[in-house]
Amino acid sequence: MAVNSPLPGADEGLTHLVHTHIEPPGRWATPALRDVWQYRELLFYLVWRDIKVRYKQTWLGAAWAVIQPFLTMVVFSVFFGALAGLPSDGLPYPLFTYTALLPWQLFAFALTESSNSLVNNQRLIAKIYFPRLVIPVSAALPGLVDFSIAFVVLLGMMLFYGMPLTLRILILPLLILLTIIAALSLGLWLAALNVKYRDVRYVIPFIVQLGFFLTPIAYSSTLVPERLQPLYALNPMVGVVEGFRWALLGSQAPAGVLLLISAVVALLVLAGGLLYFRHMEDTFADLL
Amino acid sequence: MTQLAISVKQLGKRYRIGPRAAYRTLREELVNAARAPLRVVRRSQMGSSHATQPHIWALEDVSFNLVSGQALGVIGRNGAGKSTLLKVLSRITAPTRGTVDLYGRVGSLLEVGTGFHHELTGRENIYLNGAILGMRKAEIDRKFDDIVSFGEVEKFIDTPVKFYSNGMYMRLAFSVAAHLEPEILLVDEVLAVGDAAFQKKCLGKMSDIAGQGRTVIFVSHQMNAVQELCNECIWLDQGRLMRHGSPREVVAAYLGSGLSNTEWAFPDGKTTLRNPYFNPTRFSLVDANLTPLCQAARSDEPVGVLIEGWVDQPNVALSVGFAVYTVDGGLLFWSLHTDTPQEEWPAIRVGANRLLAWLPRHLLNEGSYRLELHLSLHFQEWLSQPGVNAPSLSLEVRGGLSKSPYWIMARPGMLAPHIPFVRLDE
Repeated sequence: MAVNSPLPGADEGLTHLVHTHIEPPGRWATPALRDVWQYRELLFYLVWRDIKVRYKQTWLGAAWAVIQPFLTMVVFSVFFGALAGLPSDGLPYPLFTYTALLPWQLFAFALTESSNSLVNNQRLIAKIYFPRLVIPVSAALPGLVDFSIAFVVLLGMMLFYGMPLTLRILILPLLILLTIIAALSLGLWLAALNVKYRDVRYVIPFIVQLGFFLTPIAYSSTLVPERLQPLYALNPMVGVVEGFRWALLGSQAPAGVLLLISAVVALLVLAGGLLYFRHMEDTFADLL
Repeated sequence: MTQLAISVKQLGKRYRIGPRAAYRTLREELVNAARAPLRVVRRSQMGSSHATQPHIWALEDVSFNLVSGQALGVIGRNGAGKSTLLKVLSRITAPTRGTVDLYGRVGSLLEVGTGFHHELTGRENIYLNGAILGMRKAEIDRKFDDIVSFGEVEKFIDTPVKFYSNGMYMRLAFSVAAHLEPEILLVDEVLAVGDAAFQKKCLGKMSDIAGQGRTVIFVSHQMNAVQELCNECIWLDQGRLMRHGSPREVVAAYLGSGLSNTEWAFPDGKTTLRNPYFNPTRFSLVDANLTPLCQAARSDEPVGVLIEGWVDQPNVALSVGFAVYTVDGGLLFWSLHTDTPQEEWPAIRVGANRLLAWLPRHLLNEGSYRLELHLSLHFQEWLSQPGVNAPSLSLEVRGGLSKSPYWIMARPGMLAPHIPFVRLDE
């Protein structure tokens, strides 16, 4: 219900007055996705801020993005690959595990950062209005920079092992999107709960650690008995990780079904997270 | 041109108080749920547990309309609900009752420099802060040079703001905010920062904004600023709207009522200031009839400072008096009963003592002042030290500055004494 009357003194020609109606929140409102779109520039600047601050000391920041997954890969290759002799679907173990570590780290970073995002930005929330959803969403995205840097190393490793790139790589953007969605689906819940209950902060690292073992990173998902596979795929990162291996390494793992289950689960949790977040949104400024 | 800009109807905001409102833990909640699952279900069915919890209404049944182009001042004591009103209007927090309709783009300024990041440069912070305040990139690009020059930070624009002086930081932060051009601007006391020159600059910018046909809501403790900037005013007290009208009228009503603080009295003398040399029992402001002052005083009226105390043990070093401060905390002067030649000192005897001092007429300017009790043994011991442990009174001076046709309003400066001029050649 916009009132159409030009505003005198506005310096950009005829501006039409926007009507804002404020009333007590209903019990369950629909997520304000359109508001987030309206504030996309703020979203951009918050992501830009986080990346900028993170990489202020440039080369060290970039180096960390590689060191972490690379060292993990080396340790896993020695202990799980060489010593324990875990099967890696016939692929070189370092490549097998590094390919899985990349989406996992993206997920873990996005999940942790978005879960803590509201508490970390409480001053902002207490002093200015914008759709609160912008905060966890923007917090989930800067990990993409780390991911990209580490991905270049992966391409180098593939070259080293003589692994050819195929058209399957085209599915990667979709898998990356699913990783972010999966992280946000949980992140929204945790971010909102984190405002209300201060011990959620301590639960997050635990969830990440647990998820790490429930995801086929050090091992192959083929180790899981067939009848348990659908249950296993309830963890959205199972589909994503096997999808990465399928797209880049040509693994034979049944990525299709797993991926579908993972995607559906992630989207359902995300929908719930959006609703819960919207429900809690109006109280953030009061609770923080 | 009477376009409605803001319509507030029966607005209420309730806050929970007490221990339950503090951060709860999920663990606690789960344990409770496990112990008494039924209670949790019942509670969530009832919709909320508000009823059983202590709460306060930070805003209650507040209604007003504001026409576009008006500047509304919001005054009231601390905790009166002024900031809550701004938070609800700017959608930071949701109301518990009532509705608000805003017609126009809303910009709010509850703090200067919201979202500034210390690691980022001035340039980067302008873009970040601008986006946070709701400006588009194109808009910031266009205003960038103005923002930088208004903030006087040209030389340091590519330096991280952590290296800025406090003044530079505030100037840059205010400058970004000042270039926000919403149709409705909500401002909370941001002028209370920075030095006098900067405050003046901010005030000038604010009145520019108000002059451009934008609607402004301005929360402030500074009555002068409200009277200068606003053409309407509301007074809130304990969340309720007490009065709505012209700034002059509302400010006068507020000052007339809010002066509960003109008397400090402990007839039994049982205070932390208790001492044998001069145990204070009363410290208050009185009018010409020696009755307690209960409204703003005119500058041309006598205001008396009454100090009563009980002496058990006379001490020649005793000095009784008061200190006068501006509302910003600047010390104006001390006045003691031992300021004059010794033979003129009023006698202080064992038992009850009443001392009275008249503040000179035509000394104080319009504004708020604070008086603090001064009791000491000269060069030996503080009994009541202004700024440390002294009881304080507040004094409002309003009107009566001068009969000069040129000076009917507040004069520049903290004081407004009349100093006669004469021609030397006659």
